[in-house]
Amino acid sequence: MSEDIILDIKDLQTSFYLDDFEVKAVDGVSFKLPKGKTIGIVGESGSGKSITALSILRLLDHPGKVKGGEINFKGRDLTTLTDKEIRQIRGNEISMIFQEPMTSLNPVYTIGQQIRETLKVHQGLDKENGTKKAIELLKLVGIPSPDKRVKQYPHELSGGMRQRVMIAMALACNPDLLIADEPTTALDVTIQAQILDLINDLQDRLGMSVIMITHDLGVVAETCDYVAVMYGGKVVEYQDVKSLFRNPKHPYTVGLLKSIPRHDTDVDELEPIRGSVPSPKDMPKGCRFAPRCPFATELCMEELPSLDHVEGESEVRCWIYTDHWDGDAEVKAHGPKRVAQSN
Amino acid sequence: MFQFIVRRLLQLIPVLIGVTILVFSLMHLSPGNPAHIIAGESAPPDTVEQIEERLGLNDPIPVQYFNFVKDAAMLDFGNSWRTSLPVSEELWPKFWVTFELAVYSTLFSIFLGLIAGIISAVRKYSFADVSIMLIALFGLSMPNFWFGLMLMQWFSIKLGWLPPTGWGTPEQIVMPVITLGTMGAAVIARMTRSSMLDVISQDYIRTARAKGLGERIVIYRHALKNALIPVVTVVGLQFGSLLAGAVLTESVFAINGMGKLIIDRILARDFPVVQAAVLVIAIVFVFVNLIVDISYKFLNKRIDLE
Amino acid sequence: MAQKELLKVTNLKQYFPIKGGFLGRTVNHVKAVDDVTFEIFEGETLSVVGESGCGKSTTGRAILRLDEPTAGEIEFDGGDLLALSKSDMRKKRKDLQVIFQDPYASLNPRQTVAQILTEAMAIQNVIPKKERRKRAIELLETVGLNAGQIDRYPHEFSGGQRQRVGIARALSVNPKLIICDEAVSALDVSVQAQVLNLLKNLQREFKLTFLFIAHDLGVVRHISDRIIVMYLGKIVEIADKKSLFDNPQHPYTKSLLSAIPTPDPEAKKERIILKGDVPSPIDPPTGCRFHTRCPFATDLCKTEVPDLRNLDHMKEGHRAACHHIEKIVTGDMQPT
Repeated sequence: MSEDIILDIKDLQTSFYLDDFEVKAVDGVSFKLPKGKTIGIVGESGSGKSITALSILRLLDHPGKVKGGEINFKGRDLTTLTDKEIRQIRGNEISMIFQEPMTSLNPVYTIGQQIRETLKVHQGLDKENGTKKAIELLKLVGIPSPDKRVKQYPHELSGGMRQRVMIAMALACNPDLLIADEPTTALDVTIQAQILDLINDLQDRLGMSVIMITHDLGVVAETCDYVAVMYGGKVVEYQDVKSLFRNPKHPYTVGLLKSIPRHDTDVDELEPIRGSVPSPKDMPKGCRFAPRCPFATELCMEELPSLDHVEGESEVRCWIYTDHWDGDAEVKAHGPKRVAQSN
Repeated sequence: MFQFIVRRLLQLIPVLIGVTILVFSLMHLSPGNPAHIIAGESAPPDTVEQIEERLGLNDPIPVQYFNFVKDAAMLDFGNSWRTSLPVSEELWPKFWVTFELAVYSTLFSIFLGLIAGIISAVRKYSFADVSIMLIALFGLSMPNFWFGLMLMQWFSIKLGWLPPTGWGTPEQIVMPVITLGTMGAAVIARMTRSSMLDVISQDYIRTARAKGLGERIVIYRHALKNALIPVVTVVGLQFGSLLAGAVLTESVFAINGMGKLIIDRILARDFPVVQAAVLVIAIVFVFVNLIVDISYKFLNKRIDLE
Repeated sequence: MAQKELLKVTNLKQYFPIKGGFLGRTVNHVKAVDDVTFEIFEGETLSVVGESGCGKSTTGRAILRLDEPTAGEIEFDGGDLLALSKSDMRKKRKDLQVIFQDPYASLNPRQTVAQILTEAMAIQNVIPKKERRKRAIELLETVGLNAGQIDRYPHEFSGGQRQRVGIARALSVNPKLIICDEAVSALDVSVQAQVLNLLKNLQREFKLTFLFIAHDLGVVRHISDRIIVMYLGKIVEIADKKSLFDNPQHPYTKSLLSAIPTPDPEAKKERIILKGDVPSPIDPPTGCRFHTRCPFATDLCKTEVPDLRNLDHMKEGHRAACHHIEKIVTGDMQPT
């Protein structure tokens, strides 16, 4: 990749240490994000996508801990920073917005107070200048009559408005990177469209990079340049967005795409993935997806494949694309997408 | 806000009527004829009749009640049956002693309880947390007259550091306040801890951290203000039970306050004084709760919605 | 094709009082459902879609009489549902089952699957006591679980499996109508697809009728025969699936469809982004409730409530509640 890479995560490992055992919530996540671009991290519940996001800013709840790997951001490995250094990055160079706008703002402080706080910590703005800047930010994210809103409490705003406030707060210090953790999942469709539109628009204007965590492949298709698909705490596939939808490589990605009931075309029968998502306490030994994979061989059950380049920038974690593959030759020749279709 | 206060004040009226009825019935439900008590066991019948006439005891009960409320509203509770002094003159000095004791004890409870609760919550499951919660459990389970006696045994008798009885000098204040305030401190510490733990796991605390705020600001500015909302209610209730606890504490430390006054006069069947004292305590309790409700509302702007 | 009406809802209103003031009087109402009329034919799946606050779940609850409707008529299987006494209604629930969004919250955690299933049968007394367990096992197999799981507790199942248990419970009394209230919304995509396929197969096998309440238009397109779109307590459009997706008439339906992200990065589409939020159902806008956000709104829309209408260019049974359908179709009216 010749472009400027702003974030390069290598083999990230995050675990939660419970009384007598370790839950490996994130266990081998690697991806690169070019400057000014958006990467989508997709996965179902328990895939580790949100924990990955929280690991970047070290916002994990006790007893979670990043235990290995590198998070290279603008030439610095975030995992090696002190608590004080990471605090200077939070809300300043890297900002984050969350899934639940209803509960993500402190109910006892006004919108203005909460935005000013960020400005004060990172830029030392006083109350007067902070309020001016806060009003500008609210205007930027499309909140009507910002000079009134700035004095209001969160409960006086709708969910969509609160998410706009969260975005305004995140943008306060012109961050290089915005991490959006399911930012529209709790919102209605028409409001979701507004918020996604806003994020896209702001990204164009401000040139920031975005990590979009979501379970919705529609959101990925409409907002992202690159996609990392996660399953069982690992990235199983990384591609640019067009290649991913045109030519998904990992059998899990293929299955996911075939499971979506589409609103834009008729599908006679959905082809669901059999079984259910494995629990992080009880992960399969080999490939995490093997027990649900229609092509799995004994090798898949026993040994974990690595995340390797297949063509161009695409990476996939699957035995089919290696010389060790001993299963169906047709799958190797035509890819899991075609084969699954003909079944 | 103004409307809310007016509404709460209006709601006080039935409560106060209830309280006065209860207090008034005290005298009438107690055994014995008041006039006999005043006049003495062996008084001639016409003296008793005279006294009955003077006290209005022959009037119908509703009239007596009405007169009682009317006088009470003017802070006139009549004269003591024992000392013949006006009740209010007897009551006020004692009331202030008890009020001081209750206020100091409450301040002590809040101060100790909050600090202990916050430390416990921030260092969940640490040695400090476990110790604080053990001590709090101890403080909660201990009857306060026994605790007062133990303090006296150690600090007055064995070590001789503090005077065992009385009220007024700083040295005299220490032990009664600790005795009376410990249970409150324990309750507040436990409440603060659970409320803080609840708040710390909220989404907006994660937002505050994501903004790059220091841990101290996150805890004291973002978590504590929210965590205090339920604690305020507990403090209010605690103040009420302190007034009750004061009766025992005052007896233990021979403090000349309302508690002691009530006990003495119950034994002496001096009903006007008992009535007035109970009424004053009830009214203070009701108003403290009103203040709690108002501050609760002030802290928690969200109640506006309902 | 003369289809038999199984359920007919006429002028249904559901207002919830708001208490306030000094004495806690009723100061206003939340008009959750305001004058809704529709019918469900035997053997079909009718979906109700809309955003939060549109009244779709309230409609479902009113039909089940979980909340007593404020006004209107509900006719089910030839009888007046609202005229039934509480105990008769309980008996009627045998024919009228519901599957909720959160399978965990709707299953008693202290009961095994066997107990959950036989309890439903016992209440309705549909099957002799001795045969109930056998029937429970059959049901489990019908919904794709195995007989060996019958003595397990709800927490031992995954979300998708729990929803299957919920479906088995609904089926246990041989209902005529099943109301699915966001029944697949909480499930992951891969599991959601399994449950959707299951519902479709069960319908075919047992000739079930579904009232499917959902917000996900992808899911709705997959499962429905006909669709109702609701906005702020009113029906704005009702049509067969094909007409609704290929030829939507109401500006709200159009913007709703265009707002859904399409899982295809190369799909070109014009997106209509609506301004503002859904207004409060406490004081809903006058006239057409959508006029505050509608790109076509005129003064007429602010004062007159539009009726559901069928016009020549629309298929039979396709109706939309908009004053300007004709002018929008011909292009005489452009969005502002």
